[in-house]
Amino acid sequence: MTKKITLKINGAEHTMEVEPRMLLVHAIRENASLTGTHIGCDTSSCGACTILIDGKSAKSCTVLAVQADGKEIATVEGLATAEGLHPIQEGFHLNHALHCGFCTPGMMMRAIELLEKNPNPTEDEIRWGIAGNLCRCTGYNNIVSAIQWTSAKMQGKELPSTEPKFV
Amino acid sequence: MIKCKTSKEIGGMGHSKKRKEDARFIQGKGNYVDDVKLPGMLYMDIVRSPYAYAKIKNIDASKALEIEGVVAVVTGKDLEKYGLHWMPTLMSDTQMVLPTDTVMYQAQEVAAVIATSRYIARDGKEAVRVEYEPMKPLMDPFKALDEEAPVLRVDQEGKTDNHIWHWEVGDKEKTDSVFDNADVVVKQQMHIPRIHVASIETCGCVASYNKVENHLTMYMTTQAPHAIRTVIALVAGHVGLTEEKIRVISPDIGGGFGGKVPVYPGYVIAIAVSFLTGAPIKWIEDRSENLQADSFARDYHITAEMAGTKDGKIQATRFKVLADHGYTDASANPSKFPTGLFSIGTGSYDYGASYMEADAVYTNKPPGGVAYRCSFRVTEAVHAIERVTDMFAKKVGKDPAQLRMENFIKKEDFPWASPTGWSYDSGDYHAGLQKAMDAIGYDDLRKEQIEMRKEGKKFLGIGISTFTEVVGAGPSKDFDILGIKMFDSAEIRVHPTGKAIARFGTKSQGQGHETTYAQIIAEELGIPMENIQIEEGDTDTAPYGLGTYASRSTPTAGAAAAMAARKLRDKAKKIAAHLMEVSEQDLEWEPGKFFVKGAPEKSKTIQEIVFAAYTNHPEGMEGGFEATHYYDPPNLTFPSGAYICVAEVDAETCDIKVRRFVAIDDCGNIINPMIVQGQVHGGLTQGIAPAMYEELIYDESGNILNGTFMDYLVPTAVESPSWETGHTITPAPHHPIGAKGVGESPTVGAPPAIVNAIVDAVSHLGIKHLEIPVTPFKLFKELQKVGYFDNNA
Repeated sequence: MTKKITLKINGAEHTMEVEPRMLLVHAIRENASLTGTHIGCDTSSCGACTILIDGKSAKSCTVLAVQADGKEIATVEGLATAEGLHPIQEGFHLNHALHCGFCTPGMMMRAIELLEKNPNPTEDEIRWGIAGNLCRCTGYNNIVSAIQWTSAKMQGKELPSTEPKFV
Repeated sequence: MIKCKTSKEIGGMGHSKKRKEDARFIQGKGNYVDDVKLPGMLYMDIVRSPYAYAKIKNIDASKALEIEGVVAVVTGKDLEKYGLHWMPTLMSDTQMVLPTDTVMYQAQEVAAVIATSRYIARDGKEAVRVEYEPMKPLMDPFKALDEEAPVLRVDQEGKTDNHIWHWEVGDKEKTDSVFDNADVVVKQQMHIPRIHVASIETCGCVASYNKVENHLTMYMTTQAPHAIRTVIALVAGHVGLTEEKIRVISPDIGGGFGGKVPVYPGYVIAIAVSFLTGAPIKWIEDRSENLQADSFARDYHITAEMAGTKDGKIQATRFKVLADHGYTDASANPSKFPTGLFSIGTGSYDYGASYMEADAVYTNKPPGGVAYRCSFRVTEAVHAIERVTDMFAKKVGKDPAQLRMENFIKKEDFPWASPTGWSYDSGDYHAGLQKAMDAIGYDDLRKEQIEMRKEGKKFLGIGISTFTEVVGAGPSKDFDILGIKMFDSAEIRVHPTGKAIARFGTKSQGQGHETTYAQIIAEELGIPMENIQIEEGDTDTAPYGLGTYASRSTPTAGAAAAMAARKLRDKAKKIAAHLMEVSEQDLEWEPGKFFVKGAPEKSKTIQEIVFAAYTNHPEGMEGGFEATHYYDPPNLTFPSGAYICVAEVDAETCDIKVRRFVAIDDCGNIINPMIVQGQVHGGLTQGIAPAMYEELIYDESGNILNGTFMDYLVPTAVESPSWETGHTITPAPHHPIGAKGVGESPTVGAPPAIVNAIVDAVSHLGIKHLEIPVTPFKLFKELQKVGYFDNNA
């Protein structure tokens, strides 16, 4: 038994026949061939699959594809535009906030919603805000810096230095 | 500040260049193994054992095969027909691919289901009925050595016990004599628990066998693609799959940390099924499978002793280890080092007597003994030495920083011969610790500690770890894996327009090789690093090498890059002399060009020279501009570090908080300070993880109690402190660019600093030692034991 659904991913409509049990992350990765969204666990713990559904961050391994029928979905592939990278992408690159890159798309999608709700987060608010996303490589210092940098950038404030600081 | 020889545009060593590989990762265009999609691809899922030790009485696949889309169910008996039901481990032990009669650990692979989609494969897996006859598992490594213990490895002919190997190093007699006559001896038993690398990407592959060409392409999450190709050829050669017919592609890897070095049964089953069906087979394990069945790290039971004088001079150490390897020794150590480089455990201190021994045993736990961001058992060794050093300081009544300062090997005493046989290449341990103490404000913290104890709400602890690492395996006289020497390689091709591509036998899993290798070549040739493309991970194109693990890439392949580039610079000099019609002796190099001594206006840029190599090369010279180098290191490298952790313990709840952590690393010359710092941040987080959060726990029946991310506690941004890092620079004297490697140092150095800090916080209450992971509950129980709550109820 399958159901016909339409996912609006990054502004483009993807119509597909899916089993009701299919996870949204599989529909995005396999049916829509957008493989930037990753899978890192089977318990909704790691956040590698984080996307935005109607602007809210969600772990797409915890949502059925049929539940997202007709909804606006944003994934990492839709962040950059003809004008260039999204500030969060720039922020992650300039602050060395990624190593292997596997958690990065989910981490950035989560950060986007965080900054939308709280444009000036404190370090503590950032750390708690991304606590649903695991990174095994960076130790989080530079992810925090990247989100702080992006916060400044999105508000047209003076940008913090992106040179590494040593004691 | 780090001095750079090259301009920012060239971007050689010392520049914090932003990473070249980021572009694809931040735009969702990385290519990880689960992103590989081939026409006609089938999916594999694996039936796993619910028991830790059981006879398999029957496997009934009929219900699974009735499901539409299930193509096949493969069992050990099927693989047995082709001699593929067992495989060798990297330590020359053997491991089941699929069992024919007995399962040896919970979550062991029992059968594989092949289907047209991953959902149907999972349905098939649920429908396979396996009848087991459970047996009582052997979970305690100490009991494994009992005479009455059941012999687990009955597959090994003549095996009468569960002992795997015995190893020892050092002068036993001399060491025992020092201990017998010492003023002070401290002794502590400690367990370095079983943990898991838990890279965010799990393991997987797409095995694609082309029957017509008799050719296998293996897309695979491997840190060592070339070694894997050789292993596949050795295992499958008898069915006609020889090494030239095998291409291993290691695409982007979502974290490795050592867990992606071994060959897992899933890979072999996928190859076998693809070979038999001709269809590409995708196998991607889920997180629970990854945590429960893939190689573990650590699991060393150590008795550590230190002897010294009453005024605090360290005189000897003695370590005894029991290593729990699970049901097979599937470590990834160099062949001659069953316990890895554990013998680095004499530490950073100047004394002349040490004896270490280790025994390994089989139990009914998953196999392994791989790295967790640490090469070859160095973490275990460093934990032992740094814990007993603190205990020794306490016993002789000295400040642990002062005691370390008094016992360090002096910088002028390098190269230093350790009592266990290493030749430490270089170091400046005093400078590192002093820098860390200044940065953290050590003396003020000691005063604050006294004040806080008086106040009694929170206890402050300051913990130090001053470690010596040993990386860069390794010199071919001692280091091999399955006989293959552990050198590594670089091949540089410079195109006529002066832009280059370079390929390596290593494989980045996030370390940033595409940036740092380009910087090494830029340093040597003066070609801007932006114009140097780096490739790894395809055995058809890259030169042979043993891969990336054990912090070996910079010490081996990084050196190879410099050496290959120097071959090219020698050639460039000849061409420059030819072009300017001067003798080679009259030329001098500055990054990017050769100029005539005394006439700097007369020069040729590297780009002009390379162009000439294709258009106007000297008569008798080979055309083109390419070089390859296989680098065999003369010695290992010995990075070091001085770490100080400040921890607060809540006097009522036993909650533990790391207030500050300063890490001063010395990895020799630094290629890219930004990337080195990033490595240190990540490594420290994988240091606090085993110190305070992570441990794989089994019950007596062999059940894993925390085999998912719900209960295996990988630190989030909330648990991770804001790390403060810095460096001292003591170049490796024998290494072409003076670099030492850094990726694992922080994982090695951080745990004892954290534990030393927590113990220090509560030492006045009678606590002498705490086992890792130090959780609030464990601390509560220890404080209860010493009667703390009796007095403070």
